[in-house]
Amino acid sequence: MYKSLLIDPAKCTSCLQCELACSFENEGLFNPAKSRIKVFEFEHGLTTIPYTCTQCEEAWCLHACPVEAITVNPNTGAKEVSDSICVGCKVCTIACPFGTVNYNSSTGKVMKCDLCGGDPQCAEVCPTGAIVYVDSDWTGYSKMRDSALEAHA
Amino acid sequence: MHHVIVGAGPAGVIAAETLRRKSLVDSITIIGNEPYPAYSRMAIPYLLAGDVAEEGTYLRHAENHFSDLEIDILNESVTAVAPTDKSVSLSNGESVTYDRLLLATGASAIRPPISGMDSPRVHNCWTLSDAHKLLHDVNAGDRVVLLGAGFIGCIVLQALVEMKLDLTVIELADRMLARMMDDPGGRMIKTWCEAKGVKVRTGAEAIAVEERDGALEITLGDGSSIAADHIVCAAGVRSNIDFLAGSGINFDHGILVDNHLQTNIEGIYAAGDVAQGPDLSTGEQQVHAIQPTASEHGRIAGSQMAGEAVPYGGSLSMNVLNTLGLITSSFGLWDGVDGGDRVASEDQTYNRYLRLEFREDVLIGALAIGLTQHVGILRGLVQTGVRLGAWKRRLMSDPSQIMHAYLACVQGSRA
Repeated sequence: MYKSLLIDPAKCTSCLQCELACSFENEGLFNPAKSRIKVFEFEHGLTTIPYTCTQCEEAWCLHACPVEAITVNPNTGAKEVSDSICVGCKVCTIACPFGTVNYNSSTGKVMKCDLCGGDPQCAEVCPTGAIVYVDSDWTGYSKMRDSALEAHA
Repeated sequence: MHHVIVGAGPAGVIAAETLRRKSLVDSITIIGNEPYPAYSRMAIPYLLAGDVAEEGTYLRHAENHFSDLEIDILNESVTAVAPTDKSVSLSNGESVTYDRLLLATGASAIRPPISGMDSPRVHNCWTLSDAHKLLHDVNAGDRVVLLGAGFIGCIVLQALVEMKLDLTVIELADRMLARMMDDPGGRMIKTWCEAKGVKVRTGAEAIAVEERDGALEITLGDGSSIAADHIVCAAGVRSNIDFLAGSGINFDHGILVDNHLQTNIEGIYAAGDVAQGPDLSTGEQQVHAIQPTASEHGRIAGSQMAGEAVPYGGSLSMNVLNTLGLITSSFGLWDGVDGGDRVASEDQTYNRYLRLEFREDVLIGALAIGLTQHVGILRGLVQTGVRLGAWKRRLMSDPSQIMHAYLACVQGSRA
């Protein structure tokens, strides 16, 4: 069974370790602007929500790609961008209705969460368990939403 | 059951793959009339710019992709459709019979009807063959006039600059990207291009082209003229429907299809640039001629042909574009509707622009310049029609809060 990122905003303290770990793992630098997970703050930080790709079943990005640069990793189920194939047309960035594929102006390619090949660093470094990597039964879009609603009801 | 798909672009290929996923026994034939493996027109500018090799434009990369899926590929032109015989005629005189037929014949580049456009120094930039000719004929430093600064023109513009050409853009409309950008946005893009050394003349009409002494002279409507070595024509595209004459299949600008992507004749479908199908925003039948609609059409047509008669609500018109580093996107009814509300914020220093259009408290369209992070949520908000409630009022005073509004309203987090 695939594993997925389960995000519980109620446990997030907005320490931004996930953003730093993500950008370092994937881009080799500590730059939150290059992170594939982003923590959004509401009410001046009273509420914070880590947000990234859910590796959705529909895979809008993958289907919209004109050159087959986005494929499914059979080991993790992640939709991964191949930098050597991506031409940087950005169609996937508007096709993804969740807004989780971003253009990286440094590389001229797009970037998205690839679950770090099965060892997601955001979950690894999260000190409060707000981001955990668990069996997919526990996650999915509706679970994320339910958990978010529950946390802020 | 034999499915015949005419056209080997994204819509045709994705339809064939979708069909194969849903049926292991049906036979599937794609008929394409270009002498290349299935490729993507979207990728041609990157070939011109030297970013990718020709293989980089291919839709699929595995060597035996289509044979492994038992999808037959036929390299021929279809000249006619005979629904009574359930057959299509080929240019080699033969015919192919079908049980279900998908017309995904795409579009072709058009040229303005002025004299001199038949010169070999006038190029299109639409097919791989066009790209080969351009790369062969045009050299760095050549004076090139780009006719047309619409969506395709502006994608091509980027490639022509990377080819280090002396470039002048001529656009008939009063602004660049007239169909995907408003006045302030169009002005921002024009100023940006000019700052990068591209000469841009909007509201300018080429009325004649003359070849003289190995060069071209382009006469404009105001009486002035421009000398150039080559013209690249990006004046628009037109759906490939000529072969339908006498078939009984209804067409307008494109082939008219319903919310099952079926034509007026049962068992015949159309998808992609040739299809005039339901638009999500207006409910009217429109030709979109964009990659996201082509891929969506392909998946839906494939499912319909496999027998899953699930209607769909229409495709969302949207575009994204990189003009010399300035990223532009447009979604849905970006020009608004009567009785709707609008908010726009413009930052000329940092070249950022965001315009949101609402009907009541629902986002129905958007324009963005300089927005590269989480831009897809604009699609998400328009497509789902989610009510923004109190967030609409906040957005009317600060549109940059759009991602927060999305998280609060769509992802179910509290405002």
